[in-house]
Amino acid sequence: MDGTSEVGLRINGKPFSRVIDNRTTLLDLLREQAGVTGPKKGCDHGQCGACTVLLDGDRRVNACLLLAVSLDGADVTTVEGLADGDRLHPVQQAFVDHDGFQCGFCTPGQICSAVAAIAEARAGWPSVVTPPDTPPGPVEPTAAEIRERMSGNLCRCGAYVNIVAAVREVAR
Amino acid sequence: MKTFQYERPADADTAVALLADAPTGAYLGGGTNLVDLMKLGVAAPDLLVDVSRLPFDAVEETGTGGLRIGAAVRNSTLAVHPLVRERYPVLSQALLSGASTQLRNAATVGGNLLQRTRCPYFQDVGKPCNKRRPGTGCPAREGAHRDLAVLGASEHCVATNPSDMAVALAALDAIVDVASGHGPRRVPLTDLHRLPGDAPDRDTTLRHGELITAVELPPPMPGARSAYRKARDRASYAFALASVGAVLQVREGLVHHVRVAFGALAAKPWRARTAEEALLGEPATTASFDDAVRHELAAARPLRDNGYKVPLARRMAVSMLTELAAASAGGTP
Amino acid sequence: MTTLPRVTGEAVARIEARDKVTGAASYAADHPLDGLTHAWPVTATVARGDITAVDDSEALRDPAVLAVLTHANAPRLADAGDPMVAVLRSPHVAHHGQIVALAVAETLEAARAAAGAVRVTYDEQPHDVVLTADRPGLYTPDEVNAGHPADRRRGDFDAAYAASEITVDAVYEVTPLHNHPMEPHAATAVWDGDALTVFDSNQGSTVVRSTLAALFEVDEADVRVVSEHVGGGFGSKGTPRPHVALAALAAKAVGRPVRLALPRNRIAAVTGHRAPTIQRVRLGADADGHIDALAHETVTQTSTLTEFVEQASVSSRMMYASPHSLTTHRVARLDVPSPSWMRAPGECPGMFALESAMDELASACGLDPVELRIRNEPPVEPDSGRPFSSRHLVDCLREGARRFGWHDRDPRPAVGRDGPLLIGSGVAASTYPVWVFPSHAEAYAGSDGRYEVRVNATDIGTGARTVLTQIAADALGVPLDLVRVSIGRGDLPAGSVAGGSSGTASWGWPVHKACTDLRQRVSDAGGHVPDGGLFVRADTEQEAGGGTEYSRHAFGAQFAEVQVDTVTGEVRVRRMLGVFAAGHILNPRTARSQFIGGMTMGLGMALTEGSFLDPEFGDFTERDLASYHVAACADVPEIDVHWIDEDDPHLNPMGSKGIGEIGIVGAAAALANAVHHATGMRVRRLPIHPDTILLGL
Ligand SMILES: Cc1cc2nc3c(=O)[nH]c(=O)nc-3n(C[C@H](O)[C@H](O)[C@H](O)COP(=O)(O)OP(=O)(O)OC[C@H]3O[C@@H](n4cnc5c(N)ncnc54)[C@H](O)[C@@H]3O)c2cc1C
Ligand code: SF4
Ligand code: FES
Ligand code: FES
Repeated sequence: MDGTSEVGLRINGKPFSRVIDNRTTLLDLLREQAGVTGPKKGCDHGQCGACTVLLDGDRRVNACLLLAVSLDGADVTTVEGLADGDRLHPVQQAFVDHDGFQCGFCTPGQICSAVAAIAEARAGWPSVVTPPDTPPGPVEPTAAEIRERMSGNLCRCGAYVNIVAAVREVAR
Repeated sequence: MKTFQYERPADADTAVALLADAPTGAYLGGGTNLVDLMKLGVAAPDLLVDVSRLPFDAVEETGTGGLRIGAAVRNSTLAVHPLVRERYPVLSQALLSGASTQLRNAATVGGNLLQRTRCPYFQDVGKPCNKRRPGTGCPAREGAHRDLAVLGASEHCVATNPSDMAVALAALDAIVDVASGHGPRRVPLTDLHRLPGDAPDRDTTLRHGELITAVELPPPMPGARSAYRKARDRASYAFALASVGAVLQVREGLVHHVRVAFGALAAKPWRARTAEEALLGEPATTASFDDAVRHELAAARPLRDNGYKVPLARRMAVSMLTELAAASAGGTP
Repeated sequence: MTTLPRVTGEAVARIEARDKVTGAASYAADHPLDGLTHAWPVTATVARGDITAVDDSEALRDPAVLAVLTHANAPRLADAGDPMVAVLRSPHVAHHGQIVALAVAETLEAARAAAGAVRVTYDEQPHDVVLTADRPGLYTPDEVNAGHPADRRRGDFDAAYAASEITVDAVYEVTPLHNHPMEPHAATAVWDGDALTVFDSNQGSTVVRSTLAALFEVDEADVRVVSEHVGGGFGSKGTPRPHVALAALAAKAVGRPVRLALPRNRIAAVTGHRAPTIQRVRLGADADGHIDALAHETVTQTSTLTEFVEQASVSSRMMYASPHSLTTHRVARLDVPSPSWMRAPGECPGMFALESAMDELASACGLDPVELRIRNEPPVEPDSGRPFSSRHLVDCLREGARRFGWHDRDPRPAVGRDGPLLIGSGVAASTYPVWVFPSHAEAYAGSDGRYEVRVNATDIGTGARTVLTQIAADALGVPLDLVRVSIGRGDLPAGSVAGGSSGTASWGWPVHKACTDLRQRVSDAGGHVPDGGLFVRADTEQEAGGGTEYSRHAFGAQFAEVQVDTVTGEVRVRRMLGVFAAGHILNPRTARSQFIGGMTMGLGMALTEGSFLDPEFGDFTERDLASYHVAACADVPEIDVHWIDEDDPHLNPMGSKGIGEIGIVGAAAALANAVHHATGMRVRRLPIHPDTILLGL
């Protein structure tokens, strides 16, 4: 048995297809094969969020725990795919404006995550801090909501205070 | 991670057939636990049968007013489903308190049920562990066990089951639908996981190749309240130190129906049957809750560093039942 | 020349901000190279012993595997004087997790599988890894970290303590703590003949370069180290770490470029950690809270490979008036991973102990803890007798108390309640010394009106690139956008390490000097830069190398409010406030982020981060980010930061003190003191996890 498969994906709108080692994670495929190094490897085990990318629109996932072979046909958006030409995505701009990072290593994951978090709240997804009796419909992006929703992205530099401010600005 | 073959069958029968012929193969759900363990060398399947895209991706009402949840439904999808939020708050809350949105977006119901313990020795192939390599010993008993079991453990293993979702499902009397070459069978959630005894390597009562296809919830008890609460070392993105899921129905001040399940206390979601029995027909008061839960937890056998779990679980359960009782009395939904 | 408004002091956005939010910033493992191969470490599974055999046959079966390097077959490295980079040189294992072999393969997948298939056999020897305050073998080191003497005695502590009206005698403990920068230690190395290029993640590539040159016995000029963006370090990248030596070694062995990013769960063992400390503090005071006797005795551990002694008792030498003082350090040399720098080594754990004890003393005297500190303000630095170059602790305390609403609080413990939550608040002082190290810089004026400044600074997230550009622009008297500052490369003029909160001062000074000089030259040339440009060099070997007649420290005051859940024992922070006095703040935007970042890490130290050294294996149990809990977003509330601008002429031309570390100092004590106020419980061992609270309530 040879342990390889052919996969085809779209990465930031561009098709990418190749025969890959079945063991290759989406993160390693992006970084080592597709030359897309925005997504970072902070832990490789789903424990930090630095590898967060968006699947098929705005479903945020940890690319390090997904086998690329299982994603045949998927549409992947990374931090590189968010800006509109030279115009930064509003979340990117807000991170700049609020100094939402220091070393910047967690930032690509934080930004992808924030884009999805805003969409989830608008789509009415509750979080564990949403009061259970909240009526259906968009969830108010309070600081507590944003903190909980952004908790899958660790930042050792401790930029959370500014990240929350940045996300709040866009979510409003 | 060892090399493996990858298959993505279109239907359950093919999936089952593929694994029936592969004694060291495994099903792949979202991969958030299996891929993690494969990277660590703890799991080394030579075949992955991807079941994450099987057509078990719906949440539907059953004829009797219950809910049928496909095994491939993502944890996040289930958590935010309107029927789940409305009728089974305990389940929605349990899911939302687990992991992170990114992980819940990948994790499936089937995979969540079968995720393995977070015991640090189990995860390190450089160390002995009876669960990973039977007969090598259990260093956790003398070593790091602050997170590990106080109930139902054995001298061979003190691991805990880390799932939040499973605790809620235990409290909801869920049934697990399983397919295999021998035809389908239905397993009560509370019989799915097993205590370690002298075979800690076997987490569940499933046989090799059995495929979880769905989880079924009985209809909600009219007027019952339910909730989930989890204590942890950080405010989010952390496994439970202890958790409790409960369903309570009060009639005229008396407990009419009650289900309590604990998480992170044992190798399985721990249904507090002793407490439930003691409470039936009793006044729905803090005093009777406290009594009953103490009874339940009298069976605890803590180790050096995890004794705190007993008062922790007790306080959480008693305060939750008290709150649910108050909500029932107050009539707020 | 017209005078422009100064840009130092302005909240300039990070120069590399756009690169960081678009994914364009390249870190050590992000550089594409033709023919790149990947390495994966094999680590020791025993705490002490000798390797007797390595079986790599299974690993080498995969044709994608290029080599399994061990002490037996790897090219032998020369001795660079640093045991941390003396990799694969000997069969001896000094601690669990030491790297004993390295698999190199065409792909990451193959390298990881190969590493997993290598079988190493050991002659295991008994190990000694348990630190207690009374264990045998504790010794007095010659000196502790940062060159302080291990012991200092002033006056007669014993007699003064015995005669004191009010005494506090308490032991505080901090478990091992792990730096865990989000970017794992990584390097990509490629040889071209005898010339080596590495893309490395470090806090100072000047030293990495000289170390690599020594290890491989090549000319420093032939070693290129590129570290333009570094994903944090917090001290763990302050010295060269094994990954860079291994990547270069492997690249040499296989004749191809090699990338090695350490797996997260191997980092704690080989990149340093904050050593655990057991600290006994005794305070003797009169009824009005005036301290007469102060003892701070630290017991800690180091490894058999190096001696690193966490200088936890050192800040007690200079914080408060204390006529009779005893400050000591005792160390055990154990078979454990080597401890090293972690954000504010010494001050951070030490001030947790001292500032907790101060809170205990305030309770014992029935005094307000802010007032207690003010009463013990020393006229000169107690240890050396030197004057402080500036000290605004009292102003920070007063300003903080005012902003926090401190005086509205009911001082009695365990009276604040909000349903099942107990609410309390606490205060602690912060301090951090002023460090400055000699560095070099070059400045170049082009005839096109542009300027380039070169200094081997490292921006690990501090904002160094930005603030150096501000310093240069002001010294040159030109707008910011005409100045380009190059940093993060070993071939640039030598810069000191990004550590000890010394970066801005150390690098900014020669930048300031070179740019001031260059401005003069441009002016001398009639304001016109000739074709070919003008070029100057500067260094601060003289200015920064010597001593000073002043005691120089930054100070601060931290206030925190917590809630303690009586059902679960969970402690959550409701708000934090820090007021700091740290010289001139050169960039309020990045400075604020630094202070907040330090306080956030202090929050983690107080409440979430804990590590257990397994006595059976000599290994840390919490090695990954799922079990070692750095604070998550949900743990961190609004954190409010202010500062008192100091005009201190005894520092450097910019008038700045370091700001990268002071934020973590005192944060844990403020939180622990708040927990005491909330519950009446004194928690003297960190972290304050739910179990501690539950068992104490
Ligand atoms: C950092 C981190 C934090 C986490 N925190 C939490 C937490 O707080 N609470 C919590 O509950 N969980 C937590 N998790 C665990 C997470 O919930 C599980 O990893 C996830 O639910 C597993 O689902 P999956 O679909 O990805 O399973 P997989 O990894 O795909 O599979 C897990 C197991 O189930 C088997 N399997 C999968 N599907 C089927 C099926 N249909 N039939 C039979 N067998 C099947 C696989 O063979 C495998 O053995 C965390 C995980 C990580 C990495
Ligand atoms: S508790 Fe169970 S899983 Fe953990 S070391 Fe012991 S046997 Fe292994
Ligand atoms: S790298 Fe994927 S979660 Fe950390
Ligand atoms: S900015 Fe450095 S880890 Fe978040």
